Amino acid sequence: MSETAPRPLGGPIITKPFAILGVFLLIGGYFILRRFLFGMADVSNMSNGYPIGTWVVLDVVIGTAFGCGGFAMALLVYIFNRNVYHPLMRPALLGGVFGYTLAGLAVMIDLGRYWNAFNLLMPWYAQINSVIFEVALCVMAYITVLWIEFWPAFLERMPVAIKQRFNLHKLQVFLRRYMYIFIGLGVLLPTMHQSSLGSVLLIMGSKLSPLWYTQWLPLLYLISALTMGYGVVMLESTLVQRSFKLPSEAALLAKLSRVAAGLLVLFLAVRFGDLLARGQLGRAFAGDRYSVLFLIETALFAAPVLILASRRRCANMRLRFLATISLLAAGSLYRMNGYLLAIDPGNGWTYFPSAPELMITVGVVCLEIMLYLIFVKTLPVLPGSIAEAPGRPS
Amino acid sequence: MDLERRRFLRGAAGAVTAAAAAVAAPVNEAAAFGPREPKTLPPKAVGMLYDSTLCIGCKACVSACKQANGMPAEQPASLAAWNEGTWDAAEDISGKTLNVIRVYQNGTMAEKDREQDGYAFVKRHCLHCVDPSCISVCPVSAMRKDPVTGIVTHNPDACIGCRYCVYGCPFNVPQYQFDEPFGQISKCQFCNHLQAEGKLPACCDVCPTGASLFGLVEDLQAEAERRLAAQPGTLYEFPRGKLGGGRPGHEAPIGHYQPHLYGEKEAGGTQVRYLTGVPHEKLGLPELPDHSYAAVSEGMQHTLYKGMIAPLALFGGLVFLARRSSKTYRDEGPAHIDEEDSSS
Repeated sequence: MSETAPRPLGGPIITKPFAILGVFLLIGGYFILRRFLFGMADVSNMSNGYPIGTWVVLDVVIGTAFGCGGFAMALLVYIFNRNVYHPLMRPALLGGVFGYTLAGLAVMIDLGRYWNAFNLLMPWYAQINSVIFEVALCVMAYITVLWIEFWPAFLERMPVAIKQRFNLHKLQVFLRRYMYIFIGLGVLLPTMHQSSLGSVLLIMGSKLSPLWYTQWLPLLYLISALTMGYGVVMLESTLVQRSFKLPSEAALLAKLSRVAAGLLVLFLAVRFGDLLARGQLGRAFAGDRYSVLFLIETALFAAPVLILASRRRCANMRLRFLATISLLAAGSLYRMNGYLLAIDPGNGWTYFPSAPELMITVGVVCLEIMLYLIFVKTLPVLPGSIAEAPGRPS
Repeated sequence: MDLERRRFLRGAAGAVTAAAAAVAAPVNEAAAFGPREPKTLPPKAVGMLYDSTLCIGCKACVSACKQANGMPAEQPASLAAWNEGTWDAAEDISGKTLNVIRVYQNGTMAEKDREQDGYAFVKRHCLHCVDPSCISVCPVSAMRKDPVTGIVTHNPDACIGCRYCVYGCPFNVPQYQFDEPFGQISKCQFCNHLQAEGKLPACCDVCPTGASLFGLVEDLQAEAERRLAAQPGTLYEFPRGKLGGGRPGHEAPIGHYQPHLYGEKEAGGTQVRYLTGVPHEKLGLPELPDHSYAAVSEGMQHTLYKGMIAPLALFGGLVFLARRSSKTYRDEGPAHIDEEDSSS
């Protein structure tokens, strides 16, 4: 593989796919406006039986796991010192920047008293026993760290005149020298809040099916965040490489997929070990709604392990892509089950998201993809061969 | 099936089994992740004894509660036009209704407080847990428990509307006003504004039969135990309003109670007690363990974040490794990237 360095892709911003995404963004924006004007019941099917709906589950609980590419890759590249993966680092980071930033935005739509949101930062309101408090502060801090980690990409593209005007060279030197601190934070913070996303469910008690309710929720959520992080990097890399005809990173991805498979094995071991220890494995075959959800979820977790078992299949792009999709679906369903589908508040409550409610999430995701496209076209994010990057500004 | 795959699968299956067994053993003990110490009843905890067999379903308590707390009338859509919308017919507690009387119905409904072919009333409102989940989840201390009376209050000025109190409450008590653009959480605060003036909570004040009885939790517990110990059918002097408050009571036969005093131990104990004629789970009062889930959740957090030692140690290790990696990368990595890309 030739040595590669990140470079902007260039090309027109407004393309047909971009415009289509824009239409969905507008539809989502319309419903967001309605939510703020008329209240949540106007667009959402959430109720006091199911007060946490698809906004939190899809945009935050699953959305931030999709944003864990930067976390998962930083762990591999910087902590375990696997420099071969370096070309995947910056796009993964950008995915994290948007995954997390837009999760933060989605939270503002979901908060019932959003104008009080800054109370989270007021020490006199702090409630340090609250898992949600830990998640909220930790996610806010991580969004900041992600932007700092990504900041060099801006500085590289910035015209020299502006850099001199604001003395940004100094900042560049500072960031270069001390980036390892932010890298440390960039691994610590997701470790904390991704595990805490599991701890949040400990309060649910008997409302959550025993197939999911366990003291090992924090560890399971942490492992699933990492597997989804690697999954997202593989997905993104494959899609981007195909749509922009970039140099193939197949060898690297094949290697990475083995890492993901190892983590999946670990996840399944903890999952089943816990069910065995608590004597709840029988519920998996009870034939009720929960057992069906559990079996689908487990099949999705096991399928990538089976596919990635042979090196030959790892090297096969089609099969690897299939494994990636299955892995991401597995992690997503695991989180959806814990927060929503395996929850029974009792007294006959049911929940199914409304179309406007889902359109808001679709709009947020479209915005995320649009911003990603703008960034990779204008900033040095994706690896290109050095020979192909003559106009690369310094 | 190629050989390598078979080997891998055997290895993977072996690894899962071995790891699962290795995980299973310590999980059983899991002492390190044990719940934190249970909380105890505040010194002058006030509460309510709701005796379902005394309740006649008049809903005076619902109406008085609305008046005392300035809550609007609520109707199902089909009845909204009835009597110009003035008629309150709340079906359950909601963003507009802090307490409600619900009816259990079975078969012919021939007899009150009987499970088969019977009916029974139950009152829904906050149970003011000893160790409340809503307080444990709230990130901004909007939910608080009075250290003396134990009343669980809500402060809308602090609340960010995340609704985890609604999600986490084992009794589904806090209710968010989803139909308002600037909605807030509604919950029974045991009329603490009236109690501050020396008055009774509105529901206990108006209850004609003493089905809702106010008092100190300890006294109410003793009263409930007396009723449970008495022979069903024998005449008993039931107090009204406040237990030991001097209001005249009334004489009535003791009901055929279920032996279980609901609220005493549920979810780590509450400050409300339910005496019922039909099993509590038929009345929407869920089966719960003797410990609070808040203790489980906080036990986990306190173990992982004790003195912030684990996170700080992890952070130190991460920074050390990241520094080492970035050094080796600078030394051995491509010079081109080194110039431009310090970090990415």
